[in-house]
Amino acid sequence: MTATLPAAGRSPVRRLAGLLHRRRRLRLSLLLTAPLLWLAVLYLGSLGVLFVSAFWTTNSFTSEVVKVWSTDNFHALLTTPVFRQVILRSIGVALAVTVLCAVIAFPLAFYTARVARPRWRPLLVVAILTPLWASYLVKVYAWRLILSQGGLADWMLRPFGLDGPGFGLPAAVITLTYLWLPYMILPIHTALQQMPTGLLDASADLGARPGRTFRSVVLPMVLPSVAAGSVFTFSLSLGDYITVQIVGGKTQLIGNLVYSNIELNLPMAAALGTVPVLVIVLYLLAMRRTGALSSL
Amino acid sequence: MQLSRSTRIALRIAAGLGFAVVYVPLALVLVNSFNPDRSASWPPPGWTAHWWSVAWENAGARSALWVSVKAGLGATAIALVLGTLIAFAVARHRFFGRDAISFVVVLPIALPGIVTGIALNSAFSTVLEPLGVGLGLFTVIVGHATFCIVVVFNNVVARLRRTSGTYEEAAMDLGADTFRAFVDVTFPLVRSALFAGALLAFALSFDEIVVTTFTAGPGIETLPIWIFDNMTRPQQAPVVNVVAAVLVVLSVVPIYVAQRLSADTATESRI
Repeated sequence: MTATLPAAGRSPVRRLAGLLHRRRRLRLSLLLTAPLLWLAVLYLGSLGVLFVSAFWTTNSFTSEVVKVWSTDNFHALLTTPVFRQVILRSIGVALAVTVLCAVIAFPLAFYTARVARPRWRPLLVVAILTPLWASYLVKVYAWRLILSQGGLADWMLRPFGLDGPGFGLPAAVITLTYLWLPYMILPIHTALQQMPTGLLDASADLGARPGRTFRSVVLPMVLPSVAAGSVFTFSLSLGDYITVQIVGGKTQLIGNLVYSNIELNLPMAAALGTVPVLVIVLYLLAMRRTGALSSL
Repeated sequence: MQLSRSTRIALRIAAGLGFAVVYVPLALVLVNSFNPDRSASWPPPGWTAHWWSVAWENAGARSALWVSVKAGLGATAIALVLGTLIAFAVARHRFFGRDAISFVVVLPIALPGIVTGIALNSAFSTVLEPLGVGLGLFTVIVGHATFCIVVVFNNVVARLRRTSGTYEEAAMDLGADTFRAFVDVTFPLVRSALFAGALLAFALSFDEIVVTTFTAGPGIETLPIWIFDNMTRPQQAPVVNVVAAVLVVLSVVPIYVAQRLSADTATESRI
């Protein structure tokens, strides 16, 4: 031991290791330099420039960006009826998707977490997770097939004398709900599974019927998880524009407006892009109050 | 809570319907790849495997798949390095701005893809174009890596928080230097977390379309972009059907690997 140590101490690798061990600051800066250059300089830098450019304007003849500070874009954002309509519609769609996901996810999660036989539960969780690995685009494409003229939806509703919804706003809401549903099922499932059975028994012993137990015990305990799931369903729906392009018909959401402005008026696109970011941040802050973010 | 018999039955039916709604669209994609017709009308007029062989020889889909694999591997490699570095910094050190770093890591995936996409696009075109470097596969990899860092970071940081630093200290007390302790002790501890992170990162990159749209140069077409471009062309519909079916089948692979992986980690924790 004493013979090997001094010899090893002379090797440069060993000396570097010793240096790194003694100087924690040096070690930390070596760890952080590359990631910070990437995330803080490259990513946050380009985000920052984008948001600054929201205050620039474009020459309406040449489509060239004019770097003069003005709040015209944001003024237009708040006063142009089309913009206001689309912004409100997007928020409405995101909320509708969130509510639909919660309503569909709850019975499913209740079944997988508390009704199904314990032996089957891990398998059911895999069954919930599997669609998350399937390609986003393929899932949207599946709904394009279902909702297309003469497709599965039309075929299923024909016996009732009805037609499928076709492509449009309802199709977009259905498809988005389908896409983000697993993000809502999983947190609710986890919360329900972790709920101590004793609490439910206690409630029943105290004379509560199942309905009352559900309202006074189950719901308050699951609500933070619903909020956690809703962070995904809300923000993913709000930023989406591909789904709307594929199944939304002529419907426009905020993402489509951003997309259609990029070529001709980048500052306006940037200003429009701040809207979902701002709404998502506000939503996150609101959800933080429910304690949802700690359970993410 | 004693659920009544009727409530249980109602929940069973609701769950059955729910799972049906989740899986019918995926099954439809599989069935539709054997549809001889170019339209998606239901029921299909017959069965044919013809389009599978047509798709197999489709040059566009093949090269798009290859581009996707290259982009995914590149982005995963970068995300593995950067995500692991941040995870070690956050889990093993205390410093000013530690919480801010965890926040910045999540940001690229939390913000709408289109915002990240146009931000990177204008940054690339203002910084790289004067240098004579255009958008291409390289910029796609950079864009993908940015939002893949978070999944590697999450996996590794969770593992590091569960395993205390005492193992490394013990190794060092026994004479191992910093590198030796990392190779012999720390790395085996985080290996499966790295693998899970890499799997997720690759899947994320392989599936991404929005950031790709804004960072890909002309001629660089990933598989999602190829599907998106060909989806509305009736001429290409059968080939798109087959490619979509292949992707549905392939999505079972990561599930299987993830299950095997968690079995592995269970073994590890038993030791």
